[in-house]
Amino acid sequence: MPAQTFDPRRLVGIHAERVTDVSSRDFPGHHPGEDHSWNLAKFKKNLIVKVQRLSRTSVDFDIVGVDASIANAFRRIMIAEVPTVCIEQVYVWDNTSVIVDEILAHRIGLVPLNIDPSLFTMKSDINDTATDRDTAVFKIDVTCERNPKAPKGSIKPEELYINHELLSSHIIWEPVGEQVDIFAARPPAPTNPNIVLAKLRPGQSVNMELHAVKGVGKDHAKFSPVATASYRLLPYIKITKPIPPQHTEKFQRCFSPGVIKIDPRTKEVSVDEEKVRNDSVSREVLRHPEFAGSVELSRVRDYFLFNVESESAYAPERILIESVKVMREKLNNIKAAALALREKSIAGDGDVMMEEA
Amino acid sequence: MAETVEKIKLLKSSPDLSTATFQIHDESHTIGNSLRWMIMKNPEVEFCGYSAPHPSENVINIRIQMYDGKSSLDALIVALGELDKVCEAVEDKYIASLQEGKFEQWEERT
Repeated sequence: MPAQTFDPRRLVGIHAERVTDVSSRDFPGHHPGEDHSWNLAKFKKNLIVKVQRLSRTSVDFDIVGVDASIANAFRRIMIAEVPTVCIEQVYVWDNTSVIVDEILAHRIGLVPLNIDPSLFTMKSDINDTATDRDTAVFKIDVTCERNPKAPKGSIKPEELYINHELLSSHIIWEPVGEQVDIFAARPPAPTNPNIVLAKLRPGQSVNMELHAVKGVGKDHAKFSPVATASYRLLPYIKITKPIPPQHTEKFQRCFSPGVIKIDPRTKEVSVDEEKVRNDSVSREVLRHPEFAGSVELSRVRDYFLFNVESESAYAPERILIESVKVMREKLNNIKAAALALREKSIAGDGDVMMEEA
Repeated sequence: MAETVEKIKLLKSSPDLSTATFQIHDESHTIGNSLRWMIMKNPEVEFCGYSAPHPSENVINIRIQMYDGKSSLDALIVALGELDKVCEAVEDKYIASLQEGKFEQWEERT
């Protein structure tokens, strides 16, 4: 792989005690004689979106060539505005466990469910009558009893008692209306059956009805579809002076493992282009006088390395797609309102009603 | 919800709308910052800035000032359309990369 180089304007400088050139300046009029006006064709040509790594719960992907404001918009939407389905209302018929109703209700609300949010509509008002299109009903009915077959002398709760824990697997779905058909392929349940919600002892019981609705993370964090959704900028390390052979290993240790390669024969150091993304950019190398002036650290301002962990019904690779969908919906809503405002200003006497600020 | 609120309100502005402050309801830095960036990419725009005035107010204010008496509302509408195309381009390339399948698949222990 040939050494990757970047236009110096794309780099954010990282020095021992300061960072430089943090903000983007690619606006019309900033650089005299250069055209920085918006150009969709040029944007599309420079845009790179590449999935790097995928597992059942997380995805790593790069977005190259967008402004930080766009990358940040996607990140913010993934956390706060991509909808999921969670338990919102808890009707307690009986709760004699040591956890009080409110705390137990809160814990139950936090349990991630496997319901695909696209199969549900969002309730406009939580107090509206529930329908099978917007509410899933679950029941909990668990009583702890002594286990008559417990081995003599045992002190283990799991042997002594039946139902010694209230688990997320005790949340049982009750289909209503056409839900039987809609959810036939994947019956609603918690994504993880082993979450302990309360400890129980003989005689204690929990009997509840739970209503799950669609919501967004900005209303309550339980609705957030991600565990983390974050991005970093790609590190860029430029070795400007050869490192003397007696210092190469020390130089290598200044960076994250694998980032710096040493040629076994010539003892020449170089940056591993594949692994440079793993560097923590710790600035350790800048502390040592023997390396002064021999390396420049920076990050690429428009090279975003995303990491998204799904903690919901969404497959991890679907979360960016959903966030783009939400973003476009928002833009189209605002655009419709702006067009209506323009209509009003043309239809009237050319003047738009102004609110006092 | 007693009444429906307007999505966009016009605050202080000049009669020809060459300078205007738009108040967008139920939006945050997510839209504010990306919209500001796209509006500033327009060479007819002299100035654009946004603010989220207070955490308890669910609005953002976007200030636009234009050169040559052009309409700031037009600039806003154009920027909204272009941002939508940005989203579309990102989505298309992401889906293409997913379908290409040239990425590492790994087993994550949970």
